[in-house]
Amino acid sequence: MSVKVLAKKNVLRAALGLGVMLLWPAGGATAQQDAGYTPQQRQNASYRSIDGEKVHVEHVQGRVYMLGGAGANITVQVGDEAVTLIDAGRSEMSEDVLRAIRRLSNRPIQFVINTSIDPDHIGGNENIAKAGHYDSGQPGEKTGAAILGQLNVLNRLSDAKAPTGEVPTDTYRESWSLFNDEAIMLYHAAAAHTDGDSYVFFRRSDVISTGDLFQPSLYPMIEADKGGSIDGIIAGLNDIIGIMVPRENEEGGTYLIPGHGRICDRTDIVNYRDAMTIIRARIQDLVSKGMTLEQVKATKPTFDYDGMYGSDTGPWTTSMFVDAVYSESTKSQNKQEKENSKQKKKGSGGAGGKG
Amino acid sequence: MLIRRVTLQLLLILALILVGRPAFAQMDLSGERGQKMHEDAPERGGGPEIGDYTGLPINDADRMRGDTWDAEKWTQLEHECEPHPADYAPRGPGSMRVWADMDPVTMQITAWHTEIMWMQPTRTIYMDGRSHPPDYAVHTWQGFSTGEWVADMLKVQTTHLKEGWLRRNGLARSDKATLTEYFIRHDDYFTLVTIIHDPVYLTEPLIRTSNWILDPGYQPIASTCIPAIEIDHPKGWVAFHLPGKNPFLNEYGEKYGIPIEATRGGAETMYPEYQEKLARMPIPKPKESAAKASAENQQ
Repeated sequence: MSVKVLAKKNVLRAALGLGVMLLWPAGGATAQQDAGYTPQQRQNASYRSIDGEKVHVEHVQGRVYMLGGAGANITVQVGDEAVTLIDAGRSEMSEDVLRAIRRLSNRPIQFVINTSIDPDHIGGNENIAKAGHYDSGQPGEKTGAAILGQLNVLNRLSDAKAPTGEVPTDTYRESWSLFNDEAIMLYHAAAAHTDGDSYVFFRRSDVISTGDLFQPSLYPMIEADKGGSIDGIIAGLNDIIGIMVPRENEEGGTYLIPGHGRICDRTDIVNYRDAMTIIRARIQDLVSKGMTLEQVKATKPTFDYDGMYGSDTGPWTTSMFVDAVYSESTKSQNKQEKENSKQKKKGSGGAGGKG
Repeated sequence: MLIRRVTLQLLLILALILVGRPAFAQMDLSGERGQKMHEDAPERGGGPEIGDYTGLPINDADRMRGDTWDAEKWTQLEHECEPHPADYAPRGPGSMRVWADMDPVTMQITAWHTEIMWMQPTRTIYMDGRSHPPDYAVHTWQGFSTGEWVADMLKVQTTHLKEGWLRRNGLARSDKATLTEYFIRHDDYFTLVTIIHDPVYLTEPLIRTSNWILDPGYQPIASTCIPAIEIDHPKGWVAFHLPGKNPFLNEYGEKYGIPIEATRGGAETMYPEYQEKLARMPIPKPKESAAKASAENQQ
């Protein structure tokens, strides 16, 4: 179904949306508010969903909004001339997503940046891109929105023979920067959730979109078969923490839009990083004692955090998380032992902790 | 005629009483107050001892959080400037100021605010009937609070709290917890009842009371916390003890001659009946280091 048809079908809803847009002090076509919500203002801004709409819209800070309910969280950055998206949600939600975007801005969608290759992040690429506009100046090139991603996103989607419209039109390796009324910094989190993860920093709005590198209510989804690792997850979390600046009393300041779940600030990701670092150290310690996976699981190394991040059902369970960390720890242990025997030299560094 | 006039006046007075009744049920909570410490004094000053979980309805998961906690956490840059959350701030060093916002048209109080001395955590308790934010809204140290009058007590419901602590010795309170409070004024005295419901780390609600007394001379002291490197750590360094490796857990029991089992807490330890069980437990012998520390404290 073409976007034009979608648009015609939704004239009335669009009109309603325009009315709501005009009523929103922080909304509107240009999102004029400067960065700097206090934590209390941030909480009170959370009343923007409209009855009957599947996708809810949340003003995060500055020019950045979060769309929820369309699969993974979608980040919308509203510039004076164009709109930038981080992820596109599921394909069947594109109509709702576009309607939500149009409540914020009528400017063309110029960039769709993919944080990973998961269908709930990229499923809407084609539909959303068709509704956008990016003109590279090359004769005969399609002028839909550009789809950007880390190089490994393109490689893996190409290997999987994904539809052309879902595949990134442009890629980067380590980092990239764009501009849409503010600097937009793209960073590669190597070997984290997968080997193609990106997190994106909107520098003036002071908001970071993390993708599935960080989900505040779930243990990290480590897709080892796609190059993911717990070490990469923790390294990525540390890198994100490193560029965040909170307001007074360790609250607010830089806000995060996670891959799934609620808006967060530095304390939330620090607590999460602490927990994952501690759990990794526990499992590494048990592996160093020669324990099997079953023996490790019997010690319940995640027990005290399961109520915060664990799940017994769904696509990513606590058991799967322990499996992944155990497998990686075993490989690291074997590698370390080989190096030790070669060099008779003790490995350096550590995550802290005592015991 | 006179009887009719008196009747009319009585009806008018009755009507005024009835119309004004809700206002009479409310209490002016505003003012500056100094804290009154009782059995909770150690907790409000230097803080509780490591391994002291007595009288808390914690579950095994929270006990594990406490057992693997390391006080070096406070040398992590990102934790240095954390204030106490809404449910714990009244237990810290905390003179308190309370004030109200009033609608200039209706003369109704639209919000109460509280500010506590240490690090000045400031709360807003909305009285205008607004609903709490949706699940995807940010969580804060002080949470999102709404209030209503129950007789002359202000009942406050708080959601959207950041992960915090039940005690400053590693016992965690999750970000899924909610808080119910009663603000009670008796002339110059002020009592706050806090009831924490935590589906992650508590088996029963944790109920605490804290008291203050009117102190019109109290002047809040501005505090600004800027995180600074006090101890060098590698990037991503996190403080913790591995399970079973924390050497300090028994110090509290050994120092005060309290059975170690009793120091481990749990709902059972909250109730008077536990004293009978306690009397049958072996009392640990103080270690030399613990006895020395205890003697130094008594000097």
